[in-house]
Amino acid sequence: MVEETFLSDDFLRELINVGEVDILIGVPTHNNAATIEPVIQAIQAGILKCFPRERAAIINADGGSRDGTRDLFAAATISDVRHASKLYTLRTLHSISANYGNVLDGGMALRTILAASELLRAKACVVISPDSTTIEPDWVQRLAIPIYKDNFDLVTPLYRRHKFEGLLMRNLLYPMTRAVYGYAIREPYAAEFAVSDRLVTDFLGSETWDNELDRIGPEMCLTTRAISADFRVCQSFLGTKAPTDGTSTDLVSAMRRTAGVLFASIDKQFSTWSTNSSTHEIKTFGSPAEVNLEPVSVDRKRLYEMFVTGVAELHPVFRSILSSTTLEELQRIAAVGDNEFKYSAELWAKTAYEFAGSYHKSVINRDHIIQALVPLYRGRTLSFIAENEHSSAERIENNVESQCVEFERLKPYLLQVWNGGK
Amino acid sequence: MREMIVNELTQTTHELIRSFAQYLPRLVVMLIIVLAGLLIAYILKAIARSILRLTKFAKLSENAGATQLLKQAALPSSTELLSRFVFWIAWIGFILLGVSALGIGGFEEHVSRFFLFLPRLFVALGILFFGMLAAGFFSRATLLAAVNANSRSPRLLSLSVRLILIIFTVSMVFEELGIAEQTIMLAFGIAFGAVMLGLALAFGLGGQELAREFLERRLTRDGKEERENELSPL
Repeated sequence: MVEETFLSDDFLRELINVGEVDILIGVPTHNNAATIEPVIQAIQAGILKCFPRERAAIINADGGSRDGTRDLFAAATISDVRHASKLYTLRTLHSISANYGNVLDGGMALRTILAASELLRAKACVVISPDSTTIEPDWVQRLAIPIYKDNFDLVTPLYRRHKFEGLLMRNLLYPMTRAVYGYAIREPYAAEFAVSDRLVTDFLGSETWDNELDRIGPEMCLTTRAISADFRVCQSFLGTKAPTDGTSTDLVSAMRRTAGVLFASIDKQFSTWSTNSSTHEIKTFGSPAEVNLEPVSVDRKRLYEMFVTGVAELHPVFRSILSSTTLEELQRIAAVGDNEFKYSAELWAKTAYEFAGSYHKSVINRDHIIQALVPLYRGRTLSFIAENEHSSAERIENNVESQCVEFERLKPYLLQVWNGGK
Repeated sequence: MREMIVNELTQTTHELIRSFAQYLPRLVVMLIIVLAGLLIAYILKAIARSILRLTKFAKLSENAGATQLLKQAALPSSTELLSRFVFWIAWIGFILLGVSALGIGGFEEHVSRFFLFLPRLFVALGILFFGMLAAGFFSRATLLAAVNANSRSPRLLSLSVRLILIIFTVSMVFEELGIAEQTIMLAFGIAFGAVMLGLALAFGLGGQELAREFLERRLTRDGKEERENELSPL
């Protein structure tokens, strides 16, 4: 059960007043006044449309917003949605906002939502990002139904993305999770997902919440936990993913939340993945991931300069992390000029595995290892952009697939790095 | 006359032999202490080396940047250096003990001063080691942050942080050892103040354009535009 001190008394009282629910939708927020209203309205419409007979609650876990996010959440009444959509629910739709602290803490927000879900005995807990301005009412159904009706434990999303958005996902998180754990989950770090009551209880009882690093990227932890503990995982196509505001996406912080947590999971679950050599097919609801081919202007020169500067300036750091052959190869590609620049999938996979191995051995401070990966990721991004600038959606998908195959082919190399050799 | 000289010489020789006979056991004791000390020092060196290897001291030292410094100075590895240090400290201690067994007047005071100095020496070594460790950590953190923020001269920034921390550590070490405390404090104050003033002048006067550009980038829309240029990674 949930610790007494963890949830505030007021929040607990409100949850007790609700009783039990079938579906809980959680929205973690922190200064999201600009986008919260349409998101909540879409969620309400989704519940009215798809779950009119089920008991449902929307929980807002807020990290001390100062822009009135919580007021906007409270003001978003269901009557407006009813009026607009001419849909009615047979049950009361509860909306509760809880303040878990005064600073943004993704781990605490998710823990609050999951704890509320466990207390309300929800069969399915759906988490929706407040930044998802492209959300449609159907998203709630697409995420909840595989759990509610088909007995899955974790539903991760599939999106229609711009070809150059989410490159960390396509170039590192997806291929590495797939190669190491053998599960082809396209979005292992999901902004929207759904969890079963079984996984909620298991995850709340895990050591994730005691580990500071895991708490900064709990979404990634949830995925690796579900995979390693043999929970039933599936994917569901949602729709267009809203591009994230550039000002809110710091690459170093994103790398910590994703690659950092992934490396830590790989480190902890060696016995799970080291013996696994097959790739499990993941059940997919709806169409597979789609690519939007709209042209976009990218400052390739700047990316190239940041890669070259990184390779040159961080040479002493890379010497501790990378093998001499990989480091020499990186220096070679950094010297060829931006027009002929190519960071191959093989070299990138080796780089990622050597970083994971060095993280395991803690050759230097672990956070420094993650930070050192940033300029190299920029190089891989540049290469991916150059390769796919005029490619069709099918070609881009093939390139992503061939990169995953390269990661899978080199998995023995990861084991070799892990067991001694650099 | 001749007889008197022979008598005096015989008496002196007898006294010398008697004194030497009285002194010989002390000399033997000294030699035994020194030789036993040599053996114990070797054993302590081997123990220290094993402990340092078990605790992966070489890795810590590499992280602190001490290994690199030692290599540049053509010195042995940090593990070897520290175990040799343990050997010499132990043996010098035994030599001094042995010499004090000879009963040379006023020497005991120097021996006790040496043993009183040892704890301070170890504390100073500890300060030096952790200071080097901190200098290595913070200079690398600065280097990574500067590279990822696309700052100019990341290595210069990193080197400055390392240098300041090393100067600070060395001044603390000298203070702990009680070597030229006043001079070191004064030198540190002057050097630190000069570096800071120099940096402030260089940035404010020499690099007016750079300062303006930096502040504009930080405080106005330019910074926002630069960040928005990056594609969303997630």
